Amino acid sequence: MLPCTGRIDESLLLKSFENGADGVMVVGCLEGDCHYVNGNIRARARVQRVYEILGQIAIGPERVRMYNLSAGEGAKFAAFTTEFYQKIKELGPSPITIARQSKPREVPVS
Amino acid sequence: MITGTPKPIDEVLSMIEAYNKIIVAGCYGCVTVCRVGGDKEVQVLSSTLRLAREAAGRPVEIKEVCLERQCDPEYLEPMRPYIEDYQAVVSIACGAGIQFMAEKFAKTPLLPGINTGFLGVTERQGEWAERCQGCGDCVLHLTGGICPVTRCAKSIFHGPCGGSVGGICEVDKEIKCGWQMIIDRLKSLDQMDNYGKLKPYKGWDASRDGGPRRIIREDMK
Amino acid sequence: MKSGSNLERVMAAGHFAVTAECGPPRGADPDHVIKKAELVKGNVDACNVTDNQTSVVRMSSIAGCMLVKQSGIEPLLQMVVRDRNRIALQSDLLGASALGVRNLLCLSGDHQKFGDDPQAKNVFDIDSIQLIHLVKTMRDEGVFPSGDKLDGAPKFLIGCAVNPFADPYEIRVPRFKLKVDAGADFVQTQCIYNMDVFKKYMEDVKRQGLHERCKILAGVTPLKSAGMGKFMNRMVAGIDIPDSFIKRIADEPKEKQAAKGIEMCIEQIHELKEMEGIAGVHVMAIEWEEKLNEIIGGAGLLPRPVVEHETVH
Repeated sequence: MLPCTGRIDESLLLKSFENGADGVMVVGCLEGDCHYVNGNIRARARVQRVYEILGQIAIGPERVRMYNLSAGEGAKFAAFTTEFYQKIKELGPSPITIARQSKPREVPVS
Repeated sequence: MITGTPKPIDEVLSMIEAYNKIIVAGCYGCVTVCRVGGDKEVQVLSSTLRLAREAAGRPVEIKEVCLERQCDPEYLEPMRPYIEDYQAVVSIACGAGIQFMAEKFAKTPLLPGINTGFLGVTERQGEWAERCQGCGDCVLHLTGGICPVTRCAKSIFHGPCGGSVGGICEVDKEIKCGWQMIIDRLKSLDQMDNYGKLKPYKGWDASRDGGPRRIIREDMK
Repeated sequence: MKSGSNLERVMAAGHFAVTAECGPPRGADPDHVIKKAELVKGNVDACNVTDNQTSVVRMSSIAGCMLVKQSGIEPLLQMVVRDRNRIALQSDLLGASALGVRNLLCLSGDHQKFGDDPQAKNVFDIDSIQLIHLVKTMRDEGVFPSGDKLDGAPKFLIGCAVNPFADPYEIRVPRFKLKVDAGADFVQTQCIYNMDVFKKYMEDVKRQGLHERCKILAGVTPLKSAGMGKFMNRMVAGIDIPDSFIKRIADEPKEKQAAKGIEMCIEQIHELKEMEGIAGVHVMAIEWEEKLNEIIGGAGLLPRPVVEHETVH
């Protein structure tokens, strides 16, 4: 459980990709409306850094994105989710998923 | 603190090209404070390397560690039992830490994950600036607490040179003229007498020019 | 005499001195220097040879001095501390003196960032003021700074540069005094256009008595056009050309601007000649050496005096 997007750091986002996510959507409160003052602003910067990291390796930057909305905007949430889902569907499975499907993992277990 | 910047991922990937089982080692000292080599950066770098390698079909196993300090022997020792189970260590400590680890573990290649920068300060979040070159012969008491060796692009002892315009160094508009700062500060301290004196040639032998330096303090042994 | 140089003799005899400068070429061809020297010859008491100015690699200053000397002009060696540590500085000083160079200008040197090799290591082992002190120690005490005795002391008239227009103003005269205290015999100033600021500077210099301890050669550079003036104001650190100065040139039609620049340069030299404490002029006709004769002659400073060794003691 994360009480706030401000708790999300870069490693958590990268871990999601390691765990097989094809895309990661970060949904935070509206900017200027954070219960913890600036948690969502920090999250935005971290998402941006992960975006840049993914751009430097074969995963590609578009697989991570941050959205902001309020808790009362259910319809908007659904629309954002659909939009992001469509985007990831277009991109297809992440190179990690593809690599894992094509051959068994080689990493020795320590 | 000692500052640094991350090496480009491609460079680190090419360093670990030959290995499939490595350690990524951080340090809780200076590099944690300047956000380039602490445990968070260990996690991020490790994930990044794993993702890149797995996407390329050549997964790499990474042990993530962060030592209290890589520049003190007692914190390196705990690695001894397992270090030889790994083919290499990517260290994101400063150059001193990386070398010290290399020295302690003769059979393990040490790979630098950061470029070590300078002795500096955090001017503001995300901005670090050089303040000291460790020249071994401090003159800050004569120069209003501002170092001519570090803050002047030419390290001159009787500045400012002709390249100082409006308090800015000719080398870069982002660099303040060290000597303008010295003069402003001497004036505010009412110590301008210090300016008018000829200073002896600097003994650079106390600096790195004298060869690798060593401090021996019998009282501390 | 400290050096016995022609420049020293001319100034000691009370003549208004004239120097100019000659930048060595970006290559090994000596003809370039020799051709420039022909234009300088007869117009000056000594000719500066620049030392990799703006960090752009050129033929060495000492080699340039020798070519100038072979052309029958007395050379004035510029030496920057950017590229040489104290070992190389001492060695080059001994070599230059052995080859008969008698005038020296001690400079910091522009930062290497501006030249061909911005990635070069900068040296700045000692600064320009410490270089003055180093040369004076070698010349007057006959010893190396280390204390060892020299097998023949180098003979130089020691010069420095000052920029009365650089920032901060309040340090300009104190810094000049440091150079005089270190041992400077003469100074060449940055190009002067703002005579009001320069007069104020000279008042402060005279109050400290520096003009009596150090010969002051005022720097002038003729403007080829109003555009050149504007460019220098914008691009060259520590250059101060008043708008009124540029306007006088801009008011001329394009083809007459160069002539106006020369006329104004001559006018300035006349004014400087009358100023107390000014011992001469340093005419920096940048890539315009063919006009030196016209400028210096126009200022009534030709022919240059011949002062024999015996006449001054």
